[in-house]
Amino acid sequence: MCALCGVLGGKGHWSDSASAPAVFAGRVEPQTRLRERQDRTRLLNTVLKDHGVAVKDWSGNAYLLTSRTGRTAIVDTVGEIWTAAERIGGRTCDPLDDGYLSALAKDQG
Amino acid sequence: MGSYSDLTPVNIITGFLGSGKTTLLQRLLRSPELSNVAVLVNEFGEVGLDHHLLQGVAESTLLLENGCLCCAVRGDLQKALRDLLSRRTRGDVPHFRRVVIETSGLADPAPIAYTLLSEAVLRHHFRLSGIITTVDAVNGAAQLDGFREAVKQASMADRIVVTKVDLSDGSAIAALRRRLRELNVSAQFLESTEIGGDVHRLLTDDIYDAEGKFREASQWTAEEVIDHGAHTHTAEVQSFTAIFDRPLDWTAFGVWTSMLLHRHGADVLRLKGLLNVAGVPTPVLINGVQHIVHPPSHLDEWPDADRRSRLIFIVRGLKRSQIERSLAVFNGLVNTVPSATHPRESSGPVRSTAF
Repeated sequence: MCALCGVLGGKGHWSDSASAPAVFAGRVEPQTRLRERQDRTRLLNTVLKDHGVAVKDWSGNAYLLTSRTGRTAIVDTVGEIWTAAERIGGRTCDPLDDGYLSALAKDQG
Repeated sequence: MGSYSDLTPVNIITGFLGSGKTTLLQRLLRSPELSNVAVLVNEFGEVGLDHHLLQGVAESTLLLENGCLCCAVRGDLQKALRDLLSRRTRGDVPHFRRVVIETSGLADPAPIAYTLLSEAVLRHHFRLSGIITTVDAVNGAAQLDGFREAVKQASMADRIVVTKVDLSDGSAIAALRRRLRELNVSAQFLESTEIGGDVHRLLTDDIYDAEGKFREASQWTAEEVIDHGAHTHTAEVQSFTAIFDRPLDWTAFGVWTSMLLHRHGADVLRLKGLLNVAGVPTPVLINGVQHIVHPPSHLDEWPDADRRSRLIFIVRGLKRSQIERSLAVFNGLVNTVPSATHPRESSGPVRSTAF
């Protein structure tokens, strides 16, 4: 628990390297949990840009989602982000949607 | 509690009505290596099981709010496993090191996997080891034609045991095996008559077992698995191996898989893979059942000279080309996402959702 804000430790997700430390022990460049969350948050902002949803890491325990109209949601793990993003952004999150993928591919430059 | 691999492994033996599940279980339980196994059965059939740790469960499923059948908690199993755990802790039963669940003939294995991984108590004590599906050589083809349950049981299997081969002819068995292979490219195939002295490996080999994980991963990377083309069936289930030359970014893979399973998890029957993760010298193993992905595992060395990522999909109604393109696009985003030098930590708002 965070002593300042009283937030309980968040639930883990299989994609957190910390869920399987032995698997990533041999990493060429050691990565901290915070750095991994920062990288993930940046990527989430890219993939949810067209949904009009911005994502912030909230105290390393949760993700704060905000829509263009100011609607917000807080979720514990990346697995819970999509339902919340659909609810506040009003658009389905489908990584197999051709139009969505084409828009994302443009971000690759 | 230690790592995920320290949890008590749970095997599921499934298969259509009359396909020989209990007979197989009888043979397995005779193996001395499996003397400390607890057995849960959904129905007591005609074949008697004589085992000191045998318990029956009545099948009941608690559907969750999202209405997704594969994410339902099996209430019967939850109660039975909690009870077993409690009795083991108290010393009321011998200290079992594995649990085998024999399902009913029409059961869907997915809610069992979901229960193990999501239930508040069970997920700290048990893990899914493998799904074994029995297919009857005489009636199997007709059951695959007529019953979605049979197709799903075969599609989700880690091992497929073809039974009653002595009652069928060679060409029919070969045709059945070809069909099963097209449904499930990654499963290990055995005929019940082939099961010999190492019968316990049917249960014990998985990607979290220190001795068996190399054998298991090698199964996924075998030549016939990689070269297997996608096939379409009446049930629209197809299996294929997607290969990625470029190392995968772990963050991008996690975000993509999570999003894919959110939208299409009910149609991703299995997802298995041996990944070349950028910055990680050893292969990372991934294993998923519908909406559920288990924590990753790894091998200490690559099983062959091939360093490409190999992802096995068993899907229903999804296009291979879309899946491959989508993951490639997500993976390509990582190098283009601008890196903030000092990302500002967000403040801690009241935990609420405004609409």
